[in-house]
Amino acid sequence: MSTHTEQQAPQGREPLDVNDPRLSRFEIVQEGARRDDIEIVHYEPQFVPGSKAERRMTRTIALFFLLTGLAATAFLIIYIWWPWKYEPGRGGDKYYTPLLGLTLGIALLGIGFGILTWGKKLLPKEVSIQDRHDQPGSPEERKITGETMLYMADELGVRRRPLLGVSLLAGLLPVGAVVAAPLVGGLISDPHKNNQMFTTGFKPVDGKKVRLVSQDGRPIRPADVSVGGQLTVFPGIKDGVSNKHADSPTLLIHLREDDAQQSREANARIGHGGYMWGNYAAFSKVCTHAGCPASLYEQQTNRLLCPCHQSQFHITDNARPIFGPASRRLPQLPIEVDEEGFFVAKSDYTETIGPDFWERP
Amino acid sequence: MKRRKFDVAAVPAKTAGALDDRFQAATPLRKLLNKVFPDHWSFLLGEIALFSFVVLLLTGVFLTFFFEPAMTEVVYNGSYAPLRGTPMSAAYASSLNLSFDVRGGLVMRQMHHWAALLFMASIVVHMLRVFFTGAFRKPRETNWVIGSLLFWVGFLAGFTGYSLPDDALSGTGLRIASGIMLSIPVIGSWVTSSIFGGEFPGAILISRAFIAHVLLIPGLLVALISVHLGLVFKQKHTQWPGPGRTNENVVGERMFPRYALKQGGFFMLVFGVIALMGGLFQINPIWYFGPYEAWTVSAASQPDWYVMFLDGSTRLMPAWEINIPIGDGYVIPPIFWPTVVLPGILVGISLLYPFLEARQLKDYKHHNLLQRPRDVPARTAAGAMAVAFFLVLTLTGANDVIADKFHISLNAMTWAGRIGLLIVPPLAYYVAYRMCLGLQQHDREVLAHGVETGIIKRLPDGRFVEVHQPLTAAADDGHGELDYVGWVVPKKMNRLGALGPAIRGFFYPIERPAEAPVSPGHPPVEARPEREEITSGESRR
Repeated sequence: MSTHTEQQAPQGREPLDVNDPRLSRFEIVQEGARRDDIEIVHYEPQFVPGSKAERRMTRTIALFFLLTGLAATAFLIIYIWWPWKYEPGRGGDKYYTPLLGLTLGIALLGIGFGILTWGKKLLPKEVSIQDRHDQPGSPEERKITGETMLYMADELGVRRRPLLGVSLLAGLLPVGAVVAAPLVGGLISDPHKNNQMFTTGFKPVDGKKVRLVSQDGRPIRPADVSVGGQLTVFPGIKDGVSNKHADSPTLLIHLREDDAQQSREANARIGHGGYMWGNYAAFSKVCTHAGCPASLYEQQTNRLLCPCHQSQFHITDNARPIFGPASRRLPQLPIEVDEEGFFVAKSDYTETIGPDFWERP
Repeated sequence: MKRRKFDVAAVPAKTAGALDDRFQAATPLRKLLNKVFPDHWSFLLGEIALFSFVVLLLTGVFLTFFFEPAMTEVVYNGSYAPLRGTPMSAAYASSLNLSFDVRGGLVMRQMHHWAALLFMASIVVHMLRVFFTGAFRKPRETNWVIGSLLFWVGFLAGFTGYSLPDDALSGTGLRIASGIMLSIPVIGSWVTSSIFGGEFPGAILISRAFIAHVLLIPGLLVALISVHLGLVFKQKHTQWPGPGRTNENVVGERMFPRYALKQGGFFMLVFGVIALMGGLFQINPIWYFGPYEAWTVSAASQPDWYVMFLDGSTRLMPAWEINIPIGDGYVIPPIFWPTVVLPGILVGISLLYPFLEARQLKDYKHHNLLQRPRDVPARTAAGAMAVAFFLVLTLTGANDVIADKFHISLNAMTWAGRIGLLIVPPLAYYVAYRMCLGLQQHDREVLAHGVETGIIKRLPDGRFVEVHQPLTAAADDGHGELDYVGWVVPKKMNRLGALGPAIRGFFYPIERPAEAPVSPGHPPVEARPEREEITSGESRR
């Protein structure tokens, strides 16, 4: 196969007789391409067959494939014999995944580069030109197809027999609804069942006030939270410390004396007098923006920051949002200490917990 | 009776004949083998997406063998000592088992995640290529629409996928998703409780996300990708303008053998790179995050990169709450705008863009030749504006990390994002527009006056001028005019073959001098019959 460059063949060319024994295989290929409106205008081997350069290229490609074999074998050996079970500390198992990735990666890259080099460097370069044939169908063809479709409509004769159309529609509409019904009906769930969107785990059970407990379920005494400190507390009920009560986590904050004074005044302004107990205040931990736990409490400025979207709440001003996308203050939990000296919730939250929604009153 | 001798050499031909007898495959097969593809590096971007999708399917099927999509509470008792004895969901426990107790499971998990990131990234880059070169114009609007949908479906695939392990990070993501759904006016709470099966988090979501992630969404992706590829095949690929290339032909290589071989090799490269990343670069180490608990979160909780722009828009949104004082009062929370309305607008604009542009330019012709971005300044500038918009939002999605690492006030970062979102995109539009005009002008200067040679000549009167090499023989008036035809104008002398090519060979020079590099977009420069003296472009003014 030698370098082959030619001009576009003239139109109306006689097809070659492919059974002609004098034709080379390439000429037959070229004839096939022509029948598909493809003209191979340039075809050029990159190497003289058997030349030193070609042999060098062949060796390079072979090297890639051998590298693949080696890496793949290494992968198998590592996969089978390398200690892979997790051990605490800096054991060899920490290298298991990186080694697997490394050997697998090298193996695949080896095949990839091998094949690519083969294709790009050894195979002849070519330029072929193919006609697009993306002209739209002739007006005549379009008309025929259009008429065929209209003919089908005519044959059905819906226009002549309107009853059919109406009854079909009347029949199909309910069927469509039947298809949708199980999906909608099965999935739909009333968000206001048991008033769940407006209550939390702190709702008194049978008139008994719910205790505030820590993550390990122990009730909390005022002495458990130091001045300026804070603690995440949960309702002391069954599954209170679990995702089943995802709306209940609450931040119990022990404010400093002057901050507590400020806070009490702010409470009084909005009719929340008595929500605090001593210098302790409890706010919902569920951000009113998107529901993340607003948990980064900055003691010095009394700001609570939600790490998801950086809403900031001013704790001593009724947890009013002062920066970021949140538009509603964190609800405050009215608390007191029961006769045994543990924190309890006086009542459930008096405002809705968590992200805002349409019908929140 | 004489037994016929079995002729091994004739078997392939006979089989082929037998097949053609039954399926009449010879002609269509030849057409397929001969199909011509134009070649350019930028046409490979979409293939990266396709190949990473294949890797996603392969690794994903492996993962399903071990993952248990249930929110049942179990106590972890696997190999990872720090979490032993911790109550967690079965989904999280099985994800830990996949990482620690399934041999090679972690590398598969990480490859799956990296492939997903690469899938989305290559979709975006491919989309930019198609946009800036005008490849979406008639007749390819349908494929543009499908491609845009692929981004959003891929977005869903990614989100459902990384929600599955039920670790602290993904649970927080789901919590935010529930907050977003809640914000939809009128139906928000119903939608949320229907999807989560009650109040967040419920006990069913992981199973639902799982079936969406492994069946519904991949099914949709496969369908969309098939149509996308089918249309590329049917409508034939666009090509850059160049010698011999017209709107009616395709200039390139036949699919077999060279083009297909290169594709196969490229697939292996993509696969190999994903394997390297999956092994060497840790991603989503769920064991550090712990199980999802509604009260835990940490700073620097970022979603995967393709979700970050929505996170950013959420952070920038001012706290504008709309209250509707009817009855008990109704609310449209601020989170509704950046997370529901904004993506809605973005989907709309991206789907409609080809039609809007055609309408604006009253251009309803077939276009099979690509445009250089500089030749369509308005579109290029609009694209730059969109990219700037996306970048500002994405950076804002990480503004807490940036604030922390660079010791910037967090609030200042938010304000910078808010102001930046309004100022940077128009600025990008203006700059891109001017750059396009400048590049256009320079192209025409070179066509009119020639290539700068870097040779400074001193004229008899003492002036210094730079010698220019004209690209064409000078006409009578001394100006050789070449028309701009939409492809690359050579601007360096070595593009004209004036300099010898670099010596090839890694350790030793390869003796045979290589051809001067000619990229597909370049017109071949033919030597003129008689060499003229290099003249100065300046002297012709």
